[in-house]
Amino acid sequence: MAITPPSERIWWKEPIARVELIWIVIAFTWGLVMFFMMIYWHGAGEQNLSSEAYQIKAEVFAERTQAMIDEHTVRDESGFPVVHPPAGSDVYMMARLYQWSPILELEKDQTYRLHLSSLDVQHGFSLQPVNINVQVHPDYEMVMTIRPDQVGEYGVVCNEFCGLGHHLMVGKIYVVDREEQSDE
Amino acid sequence: MSKTAEFRTCPTTGLKVNLAAERLIKANAVAAVVFLAIGGLFGLLVALTRWPAVHFLPADWFYLALTAHGLDVLLVWIIFFEMAVLYFASAVLLGCRIATPRWAWAGFGLMLSGALITNVTVLLGQSSVMFTSYVPLKAEPTFYLGIILFAVGALIGCFVFFGTLVVARQERTYEGSIPLVTFGALTAAIIAVFTIASGAIILIPTLLWSVGLVAHIDPILYKTIWWAMGHSSQQINVSAHVAVWYAIAAMVFGARPLSEKVSRMAFLMYILFLQLASAHHMLVEPGFSPEWKIFNTSYAMYLAVLGSMVHGLTVPGSIEAAQRSRGLTKGMFEWLRKAPWGNPAFSGMFMSLVFFGFIGGISGVVMGTEQINLIMHNTLYVPGHFHGTVVAGTTLAFMAITYLLIPLIFRRELAMQGVARWQPYVFGIGVAGISLFMMGAGTLGVSRRHWDMKFADAILPFDYPSAAELMMGLNGLFAVLAAVGGVMYVVVVVKSVFFGRKLAPDEKPSYPEVPPAAAVVAEHGSAKTLRIPGTTMLVAIFFLAFVLYYFVNWKYLSEVWPLS
Ligand code: HEM
Ligand SMILES: [Cu+2]
Ligand SMILES: [Cu+2]
Repeated sequence: MAITPPSERIWWKEPIARVELIWIVIAFTWGLVMFFMMIYWHGAGEQNLSSEAYQIKAEVFAERTQAMIDEHTVRDESGFPVVHPPAGSDVYMMARLYQWSPILELEKDQTYRLHLSSLDVQHGFSLQPVNINVQVHPDYEMVMTIRPDQVGEYGVVCNEFCGLGHHLMVGKIYVVDREEQSDE
Repeated sequence: MSKTAEFRTCPTTGLKVNLAAERLIKANAVAAVVFLAIGGLFGLLVALTRWPAVHFLPADWFYLALTAHGLDVLLVWIIFFEMAVLYFASAVLLGCRIATPRWAWAGFGLMLSGALITNVTVLLGQSSVMFTSYVPLKAEPTFYLGIILFAVGALIGCFVFFGTLVVARQERTYEGSIPLVTFGALTAAIIAVFTIASGAIILIPTLLWSVGLVAHIDPILYKTIWWAMGHSSQQINVSAHVAVWYAIAAMVFGARPLSEKVSRMAFLMYILFLQLASAHHMLVEPGFSPEWKIFNTSYAMYLAVLGSMVHGLTVPGSIEAAQRSRGLTKGMFEWLRKAPWGNPAFSGMFMSLVFFGFIGGISGVVMGTEQINLIMHNTLYVPGHFHGTVVAGTTLAFMAITYLLIPLIFRRELAMQGVARWQPYVFGIGVAGISLFMMGAGTLGVSRRHWDMKFADAILPFDYPSAAELMMGLNGLFAVLAAVGGVMYVVVVVKSVFFGRKLAPDEKPSYPEVPPAAAVVAEHGSAKTLRIPGTTMLVAIFFLAFVLYYFVNWKYLSEVWPLS
C-alpha cells in the first residue's frame, strides 16, 4: 500500500475547528487571570517575598551576626545562643555546614528585618511547620520583613542539599508573647 | 554520503524505511533503555531510603544514589530516546535517507562515553552534588566533562536531524508541509539547540573552575543559566512526548489532528515562550524583582502552558473524531470505552496524557506562581510535580511508543505479550502514586534531597507532622509498584529485541495491532468529523480541577506569616 499523496494544503492556510477556538479563548483568559492574580496579591496579599538583597562577604555577615548575638543573648540551648533582639530590629541568621545560628526568639505580631546568608555553600531556609522556604546563597544576603503571627516553637530545616551532613542541619525560632519577656 | 542508501518497505504502513536510520534508532533506543534500568534502580533505592520504616541506604550512599538517579533518568534515558524519536520522525516518516549517518554515529559515541564517564565519576564518590551541581559545591572535573561530551553528542544528533529534513526536501520525498509528528520533533530539536548552548555557557566555565583555572563562579548567575538549560530541556521533553502522543494516535487509530493549524501553533508556542522560563526556578532567590518574576513566569509560562492546554484538547479530540467516524458514536464516551485498552501503546499513551495534565501540569503552574512558590520551594512537592511530568508524562509516552517500534522498526514479534499488556498500568499507577504522595509530603513541608526526615542525629530536635511519615511510607509502596512496572518494561524490551522471533520481510505484526490507516502518521491534513462531546467533557473536568486547586493554594499561602 503506497502512501496516499500528501494533500497539497499547507498547514497555516487551514481552517480552525470551532471547539478549538473556544478552548483557546478560555485557556488564554485563564492565563490572564493567573497573571493578574500575582499582581493583585502584591496589593492585597500579605505574603510577598522581598527583593531586598545585597552582595556581602562571608566575614562581614558573620561579624554582624556575632554583634547581635553578643548584645542580645538571653540563654543557651544545646550549645546554641538563644537571642532575643528588640522588636522591630534587624535580626540575622547565618547558615553554614551544618548549622543555623543563632536560635532566634521573636515576639508575636512584631515585625523584624530578617537577614539570611551562607558562609559556605547554598542552603535552604525552610521554616516549619509554617512552611516558608527560601534559598540561602553565599556572597548574597537576603533581607525580608517578617511578622510572626503565632506563638510557638519552629524548626528551621535545611532544604537545599549542602553536603553529606545536610540532614543534620536544623535550627530554631521561638515566637513568644510580648508580655512574657522583659527586655533587659 | 552515499547516494545509494538502502531502504525497505514497511509491510503494514507502506512507509519506506531507510536502513541506516533504522540502525541508529535501534542503538539509541537500546542505550536509552539500559540507562533507564540503571537510573530506575537508583530511584527505587532512593525511595526505599525515604520510607521511614525501611530507611534503606546509609546517608552517603543515599546522596550518591540520588545524584546518579537524576542524571541517568532525566538526562541519559530521556535524551537517548529522544535521539531515536528524532531519527524516526525525520528519516522514517519522510521516507528519506538519513543525512551523514557517520556523524550520527559519532554523536552516539560521544553521548555514550559521556554518560559512562559521568556515571563512573559519581560511583567513585566525591561527586555527590546532585545533577544540578549548584556551585560552590564541587564535583570531580570528569563529572562535568562527561555531561559536556554527552551534550555535544546530542547536539550533533540534532544537526543530523536538521540535515535529514533538508535532504527530504531536496530529494522531494514528501509534498506540502512536513507531517505533524515531524513538526513536533522539529520543535524539540530547535529547543534542544538553545538548551545545549545554555548548558555550554555554564558548564564549560564550571569545568574550568573545578580544575582550578577559573577562580570564582557566582552562585546566582550559575543557577540562572543552569536553569536556562534545565528548564528548556523539559520543554524538549514535552515537545517530544506530545509528538509521540500524536504519533500513537495516528498509528493506533489512524487519527488526524482536529486542525493542523492549531496543533502546530501550539508547538510553536513552546519555542516562542520558553526562553525566559528559567525564572520560575528563581522565585525565592535573593534579589530578583517582582516585575521580573511576574513577567518571566507568566509571559513565558502561561503562553507555553496555553500550548499544552491546546494539545490536551486536540490529542484526545483527534482520537475521538477518528473513533466516531468509525461508528462508535453512542453517548459521550463509547469511543473511549471501546478504545483498545489491551494495547499497551494506547493505554500507556492515554495515561501519559491524563497524568501529565492533571498531576504534572496543574502542579507545575501552581508551583511556578510567583508568591505560591514560597510554600513549596525545595520541598518534596517539587519532585512530586516532575515525576508527574517527566515520568508519568514523558517516560510513559516513550514506553508506549516502544511497543510500536519493536514490531515496526526492530522487526521482532513483541515477546511476553501478557506482561506488556499490563506494564503501562503497573508503571503508570505506581508513578501517579509517588507523584501524589511526594506532593502531599511537600505540602506538609518535608524537604526534598534529604536522608532523614526524623532528624535523629541533629543537635536540635524537630519533627514533621506524623501524616508526613505516612505519606512517605505510601510513597515507598508505590515506588515498589513503579519499579515493578519498570522491570516489566525492560524485560519485555530486552526479550523482544534480542531473543524475539524475527518477523518475515512481508509479515504484519499481530500485536499490538497496527491498522493500515497508521500511514496517516506520515501525512499532513486535518480530521473531517468534528463532534467531540466526550473530549469536551474531559477538558471541562480538567479545567475545573485546575481552577479549584489553584485557588486552594492561594488560601494555603494566606495562612503563613505575613512577610514582605
Ligand atoms: C521506578 C521509578 C522511579 C522512582 C521510584 C523514583 C523515585 C524518586 C524519589 C523517591 C526521588 C527523591 C526525592 C528526594 O529525595 O528529593 C526521586 C528524584 C528524582 N527523580 Fe525519580 N523515580 C523514578 C523514576 C524517575 C524517572 C523515570 C525520572 C526521569 C525521567 C526521574 C527523575 C527524577 C529526578 C530528576 C529526581 C531529582 C533528583 C534530585 O533531586 O537531584 N525519576 N525519584
Ligand atoms: Cu544546609
Ligand atoms: Cu542542606
